[in-house]
Amino acid sequence: MSKARNNPLNSFAAHAALITYTLIALFPVFVILVNSFKTRKAIFRDPLALPEADTFTLIGYQTVLKQGDFFLYFQNSMIVTVVSLTLVLLFGAMAAFALAEYKFKGNLLMGLYLALGIMIPIRIGTVAILEMMVSSGLVNTLWALILVYTAQGLPLAVFILSEFMRQVSDDLKNAGRIDGLSEYTIFFRLVLPLVRPAMATVAVFNMIPIWNDLWFPLILAPAEETKTLTLGSQVFIGQFVTDWNAVLSALSMAILPVMILYVIFSRQLIRGITSGAVK
Amino acid sequence: MTALSLTNVCKSFGQVEVLKDINLTVEEGEFVVFVGPSGCGKSTLLRVISGLEEATSGDIEISGNSVNDVPPAKRGIAMVFQSYALYPHLTVRDNMSLALKQERKPKDEIAARVAEASRMLSLSDYLDRRPSELSGGQRQRVAIGRAVVREPDLFLFDEPLSNLDAALRMNTRLEIARLHRQLGASMIYVTHDQIEAMTLADKIVVLRDGRVEQVGSPMEIYNHPANRFVAEFIGSPSMNFVPAERLGGQNGQFVGIRPEYAQVTPNGRLKGKVIHVEKLGGDTNILIDLGDDLTFTSRVFGQYDTHVDQEIALDFDDTKCLSFDAEGQRI
Repeated sequence: MSKARNNPLNSFAAHAALITYTLIALFPVFVILVNSFKTRKAIFRDPLALPEADTFTLIGYQTVLKQGDFFLYFQNSMIVTVVSLTLVLLFGAMAAFALAEYKFKGNLLMGLYLALGIMIPIRIGTVAILEMMVSSGLVNTLWALILVYTAQGLPLAVFILSEFMRQVSDDLKNAGRIDGLSEYTIFFRLVLPLVRPAMATVAVFNMIPIWNDLWFPLILAPAEETKTLTLGSQVFIGQFVTDWNAVLSALSMAILPVMILYVIFSRQLIRGITSGAVK
Repeated sequence: MTALSLTNVCKSFGQVEVLKDINLTVEEGEFVVFVGPSGCGKSTLLRVISGLEEATSGDIEISGNSVNDVPPAKRGIAMVFQSYALYPHLTVRDNMSLALKQERKPKDEIAARVAEASRMLSLSDYLDRRPSELSGGQRQRVAIGRAVVREPDLFLFDEPLSNLDAALRMNTRLEIARLHRQLGASMIYVTHDQIEAMTLADKIVVLRDGRVEQVGSPMEIYNHPANRFVAEFIGSPSMNFVPAERLGGQNGQFVGIRPEYAQVTPNGRLKGKVIHVEKLGGDTNILIDLGDDLTFTSRVFGQYDTHVDQEIALDFDDTKCLSFDAEGQRI
């Protein structure tokens, strides 16, 4: 087994496969970035060429920053994503802890009920959600989006996290109880740090669909002051004329924050600190 | 004063009865060891005493106060776990002082107690390290230190040495014995290792299937086991049981002979063939097939030269034998 793993040929093949996949995955991003710096004509003449002295332009970025309230959209997207993620992680982890730690009647049923959302796409309920938002007066507020995304993220979060919470050593929690820690302190101070890798996984899974979503912003919050970035970028796509420079620049800028968030979360995946708690 | 008294304590998980009518007292300063095969309920009993599990019925008193409805932190106990259960994100110092901080003790008192405990357990050099930077033995000492700083009425140890290797186990065992002498505190210690039980205990409680089989000092239990189970469980290698009719006794009864009381002699009453020899240097264990599927172990002091398939005869001192009836009770 170890011999096979150390074989340089195998290692080369594995790296080749991974590098190929990385190139394929990054190619669209590369094309967007490159073309966002080119003139309109250059984009269509040779989409894959790098920007040169005579084709280089920042016109797309200028349009985006001037036309439309780009920073507001950006801010909206950021608020919706961060708040939804926080709520998903907080409530998801709490529900998962309760399901994993406490024995109560209907524990299993409750777990299944919470996991049901994984199987039923939330978009099926769009009409009902819209009616609810209208009657509660939340249409065209960021809260409408935050609530929907929290609901959308919870089932998977509860499902994944409760599995991980079960693996946290009982002795550790019991040591906390004997030392006089409250159940909340045990949850926040002992258990959460130990399931941080799982939390990061859940965060990454939820973050990108929320950031990219066009459906719910379009239906629940299309007003100018609540537009998200994805919805805001649509103003450059017309029925007859599309300002490709602007679209590509807007998309390039939209990639950045997700990347930063991703880097933050993936750093959490490093387990180091958690080892050594128990044998 | 009694440190702990259990009256008619029962515990069941659903239909399964894990503890059946346990009655027990622990005097102040006593070192009591719960011993028994796995699944006998010894750990559950410890958890019931600590308050991590609730007793289904019965009374638990610690230092004269009924603690049935008292949460674990307020019972005046401290517990050391098999898996150490140190807080991974806290330094050794913070691990030891957390419980005192929860009790809102003054800062200088906390510092003094941590310093004292770490000196006792030679942990002073590691106070600023995290558990992940310590070896297994050091981690277990931190876990013990965390219990010591609380100055509890009752220490509870749940198989604290099971995760350590043999050499470290012996050292930590000595350390626990020394700690008991220094602190003079009452301790309850759960183990399945009878060497730990014999060496540490003032009083051994042998458990089987959720019942107390016998309570007594280590030598009392070794010399006067109440029944065949206790006789077989305590002592290594285990006691031999020979049907009494083979030795001219009553049908159905058994004669119990400890391996060290049966010695090789040319015209011994037990004859058989050697099937295995374990030479340990100090002793030699000889396993002998007496026929009728009966294997007999003899422990010979010193190095005894014999080999498999050799015919051998053993004899024993009648006064050191124990008799058991067909149900396994002492006669």
